[in-house]
Amino acid sequence: MNSNKKGMTLVAKQKAAGWAFLTPATLMIVVMSFYPMVRAFIISLQTGAGANMRFAEPIFSNYQRMMADKVFIKSIGNTFLYLLIQVPIMLILAILLAQLLNNKDLKFKGLFRTCVFLPCATSLVSYALIFRSLFAQEGLINSILVKLHILESGYNFLGNAASAKIVIIIALVWRWTGYNMVFYLSGLQNIEYSVYEAAKIDGANGWKTFWGITVPLLKPTIIMTFIMSINGTLQLFDESVNLTKGGPANATITMSHYVYNTCFINVPNFGYASAMAFLIFIMVAILAFINLKVGDTRD
Amino acid sequence: MTKKNSSMIQRRLIPTYIFLIIVSFISVFPLYWMISAATNTSVDVSRGRILPGGHFMENFNNLTAQQPLWRALGNSFLYAIVTTLVCLLICSIAGYGFEVYHDKWKDKLFSILLLAMMIPQVATMVPLFQMFSKARLLNCTLGFILPMISTPFMIMMFRQNARAFPIDIIEAARIDGLNEVQIFFRMFFPTMRSTYAAAAVITFMNAWNSYLWPKVIMTDNNSLTMPMLIANLITGYVTDYGMLMCGVLFCSIPTMVVFFVLQKQFAEGITGAVK
Repeated sequence: MNSNKKGMTLVAKQKAAGWAFLTPATLMIVVMSFYPMVRAFIISLQTGAGANMRFAEPIFSNYQRMMADKVFIKSIGNTFLYLLIQVPIMLILAILLAQLLNNKDLKFKGLFRTCVFLPCATSLVSYALIFRSLFAQEGLINSILVKLHILESGYNFLGNAASAKIVIIIALVWRWTGYNMVFYLSGLQNIEYSVYEAAKIDGANGWKTFWGITVPLLKPTIIMTFIMSINGTLQLFDESVNLTKGGPANATITMSHYVYNTCFINVPNFGYASAMAFLIFIMVAILAFINLKVGDTRD
Repeated sequence: MTKKNSSMIQRRLIPTYIFLIIVSFISVFPLYWMISAATNTSVDVSRGRILPGGHFMENFNNLTAQQPLWRALGNSFLYAIVTTLVCLLICSIAGYGFEVYHDKWKDKLFSILLLAMMIPQVATMVPLFQMFSKARLLNCTLGFILPMISTPFMIMMFRQNARAFPIDIIEAARIDGLNEVQIFFRMFFPTMRSTYAAAAVITFMNAWNSYLWPKVIMTDNNSLTMPMLIANLITGYVTDYGMLMCGVLFCSIPTMVVFFVLQKQFAEGITGAVK
């Protein structure tokens, strides 16, 4: 009764409440994500530092500079190398593990799952430092290889461009396989077990059921994990900074790492850094879009 | 006969067991080694010692003498807990609002908000840094939490889970004279405990582990976080591996405890928004 006095009907009140509920979150996303993204584009057209930022002449000079920047091009190459090698290995391994762990006859399922999932409990900086230490010239991997007489003395894994990249890829697979497996496990639990029984009766072997049942039924999950992995890989930062420090000689530096260095380590150049960051945004958007399209049309 | 059958099945699973044991070992070993190295001297670690030793206190004392460990632990806990509380409140209200009061406009707004998922952190880093230094929000809790408290992922998770919340309860509560805010706090909040637990775990983990953003705005040594502190340990020419792993251990204990105690909620939190 009281509520009607104020001149607002109950329905209008409910409507107002609905909008009021989503206002704080929406405002925060607009102010903390959308507005800065627009600002980043404006800054990317500017040069100078601090209060002396002014528009560049010609206006896209920061973007032109990128094309000639060898370190930036190298960082794009590195990031895509991680993307093309690490993401498929990780996702296939994750699906395979989920498939194995979804077996009803398997014992110690919980224990295996916990073990594979455990790397997710470490922070990105932590595991980067652990792998840095394991693969250091005086680290454990080298001591084992020397003791087994495979190497005569410690090999500088992180001091060599090719092996440093491999170490980053190994570390990434270690950290993120269990994470992706969790998605597939929860996806597999939605598949009726009877589907597998029927396949078994029809004489399909493990390999056939994997490609014939598991992969098609998990397709939405696979596409989603793919998009997430692409997004994550294009933004790789913690590992590059802490595992290899981008070295040797920028051989393993990622795009985000280089953008950060351009802002805060080298002579600060916010305009140029923003131009590179904006290009990363375009890449993420394009790749996510392609993925969604591919996922749509195959049905 | 069934017994024979099951032993045959188990025998056929032997390759699976072997594979899973190898993968499990690889997954667990680096963490075991981290803990063990934290108890050994740097020299022993370099010699390839795998067994735990008796030098934990030595490493610990070196660490506390060199770095403000307690301060960083305190900061990380403060930032992560405040982020979690505020994020859960804002995002759950929004998710509830998007689902329960949904109409064409709200659905459109929601799909626009989802686009924010594609915005890379490095792209917003420079403008946010400029905004925050102008607003004097560097080196403070508010500065840490503001970009983290509203994420499309969390809103989506609460929206998805609000779908299971029966609309009858809302109608009944309205007839009983509860207003919309009361309905949310007295009806929705208590019934959605498991969703809140999953959301809390994942938000806490993300906030605790975040590195790029604190590295940008925490310019003062007094406001540094645990990931920043352990990253500082490798800046010298010689790395003290025992001390380094001791620091890594301290950075990992809170997230490991959360993992072991709330593993189910953690797994739900990761996959929460995609049911």
